[in-house]
Amino acid sequence: MASFVHTVGQQTYRFDSLKEVMAKASPARSGDFLAGVAASNDGERVAAQMALADIPLTHFLSEALIPYEEDEVTRLIIDTHDASAFAPVSHLTVGGFRDWLLSDQADETSLRALAPGLTPEMAAAVSKIMRVQDLVLVAQKIRVVTRFRGTMGLRGRLSTRLQPNHPTDEPAGIAASILDGLLYGNGDAMIGINPATDSISSICALLEMLDAIIQRYEIPTQACVLTHVTTSIEAINRGVPLDLVFQSIAGTEAANASFGVNLNVLKEGYEAGLSLNRGTLGQNLMYFETGQGSALSANAHHGVDQQTCETRAYAVARHFKPFLVNTVVGFIGPEYLYNGKQIIRAGLEDHFCGKLLGVPMGCDICYTNHAEADQDDMDTLLTLLGVAGINFIMGIPGSDDIMLNYQTTSFHDALYARQTLGLKPAPEFEAWLARTGIFTQADGRIRFGDNLPPAFRQALAQLG
Amino acid sequence: MANTPQHDNSTNPWLELRRLTPARIALGRTGTSLPTSAQLDFQYAHAQARDAVHLAFDHRGLQAQLSERQRASLLLHSAAPDRDSYLQRPDLGRRLHPESARQLREHAQANPGGVDLAIVVADGLSALAVHRHTLPFLSRFEEQSAADGWSTSPVILVEQGRVAVADEVGELLGAKMTVILIGERPGLSSPDSLGLYFTFNPKVGLTDAYRNCISNVRLEGLSYGMAAHRLLYLMREACRRQLSGVNLKDEAQVHTLEADPHTPNKGNFLLSKP
Repeated sequence: MASFVHTVGQQTYRFDSLKEVMAKASPARSGDFLAGVAASNDGERVAAQMALADIPLTHFLSEALIPYEEDEVTRLIIDTHDASAFAPVSHLTVGGFRDWLLSDQADETSLRALAPGLTPEMAAAVSKIMRVQDLVLVAQKIRVVTRFRGTMGLRGRLSTRLQPNHPTDEPAGIAASILDGLLYGNGDAMIGINPATDSISSICALLEMLDAIIQRYEIPTQACVLTHVTTSIEAINRGVPLDLVFQSIAGTEAANASFGVNLNVLKEGYEAGLSLNRGTLGQNLMYFETGQGSALSANAHHGVDQQTCETRAYAVARHFKPFLVNTVVGFIGPEYLYNGKQIIRAGLEDHFCGKLLGVPMGCDICYTNHAEADQDDMDTLLTLLGVAGINFIMGIPGSDDIMLNYQTTSFHDALYARQTLGLKPAPEFEAWLARTGIFTQADGRIRFGDNLPPAFRQALAQLG
Repeated sequence: MANTPQHDNSTNPWLELRRLTPARIALGRTGTSLPTSAQLDFQYAHAQARDAVHLAFDHRGLQAQLSERQRASLLLHSAAPDRDSYLQRPDLGRRLHPESARQLREHAQANPGGVDLAIVVADGLSALAVHRHTLPFLSRFEEQSAADGWSTSPVILVEQGRVAVADEVGELLGAKMTVILIGERPGLSSPDSLGLYFTFNPKVGLTDAYRNCISNVRLEGLSYGMAAHRLLYLMREACRRQLSGVNLKDEAQVHTLEADPHTPNKGNFLLSKP
């Protein structure tokens, strides 16, 4: 293991491993303090960033942060590394790589070609010496486009996952939130339910219901019930219509084990989804959720800082050509991301690192009530991610998830971002919104239809 | 706002859907944004949740009320010195302060023989929940547990405590089982939800897999009587099978998952035949 020494003026700093430089170079956050891996003061943090900036990118191919023999995620990263894609930046240090990313040499085409040549650790390293504006500017150059029944990630588009959760999975309650969201133009990324109960029969019932709604109203979107991948496989075996296969993932083998998955199980889920051949435009069908702190909370971080662990999860994700990946940034709580500042920075890091690695990133822009954060912080992160070109965000009624008890972006928030930044829904969904008369959008401005769409007026009449 | 322009449609044509779900649907809009009243309603709900998180544990008040009912209690502190460290260092909230551990050891020496159940009350993430529900729950529960012949510890109050601190309390008291009443993380519409976590054979270092949880005890959620019924069921089953946690299925739960009477099931109106 290499050790790294960096001298600033009279002061000499010594770091015993790449893992230590990375952790100490991480902008301050509570989870790294909790793990005992953070820099002990601001000076040491910047010195670690300086030391990190001098490390050649090639060094990351020779010093694994988590040993190859011990961790299948490390093996996946090393074994799938594309040396020829890496070639254009292989002569650079981490600092030189930051300069390259910000330069005109890095554009949509060159960045797309580079992605398979980068390891998550390289992406995490460069992000640690980037400011918020750097994370936005570089991410904004990148497009990661995926397809199932709709097209995600095109320039000038912002999609939403309609999240109609209900504390007891009541079908009518879920349907009420779905209709509310559709009438506010949300739901092009997916209609995705976090079920309150995890029994296979109730999961299947929810899947049947979502499929029936999508068919009945001819909505160009995809359905997802966020249950364990093995439950999705079971549902597929029972012949239930299932669009997207969900799983929470993390950046180490041990953390994934705590979720009850490994690369083989994920592969089985992916193949089961593919066997249904339900995508009309494409077959990107995995939906992954991640979040900084998950490895530490499973006590499976190997002394690696939480942002680097998170970036390694994107290597797992990209292996399965996902439809979308969602970093649920503020859900985990203040022991990992303490306040609005830490949540905002983490959301931008995750989006940037994911995109750089070729992952179709979205973000659950969210917080819990015991974090030092509020709606203003979420507005800030939403605006920044909108500018950065995020693929999708959540859309829920009034920002209040009554099942999971946390706050995320609302249907209205998505409209705000679309209107102020001139972002439209996915093209197929945009056409559906116009066809049904919900709204049209020109020059950023959203114009709602004068009346409720006839099909939905009829459904409401059923309530009597 | 009274003067919201009419074309902005801030009242909502699908308002009637609200009776189907407690979700914040049909909020209307001004332009594409939230109308003022919905915006301020949300801010107030969040403020209540925040205030619940930061409300100090009124242990004096609780101890006074307990002693009025001839119920002994003991005040302890976790290793987390204040709310900020409590929020950022869950490990500290899971352990007793050394001085508190010493106090408890002395109590155990003076009262040898152990007890069936150690009863712990901790502020957790909502002291409000603890203030509101501890006494009414305990009187329902203890009435029945005494009749069933269970012995219980004094009520052990732990300031800045997390769930696992009950394991240390139970172990030091030589208790067969432990239950902790703790304020749950406040939701936007539930700032005062009390959680009960139950462990058989408590020891420092047990994980959540060894616990059973009875959550959402509050006026709008699980009733005191039902929570007491489920806890007594867990105690009997745990003693019979000598375990708690994931391997102890809470069969009593099945009968308590009633549908919310305020949201009658209308079937799925989006899929009914026109």
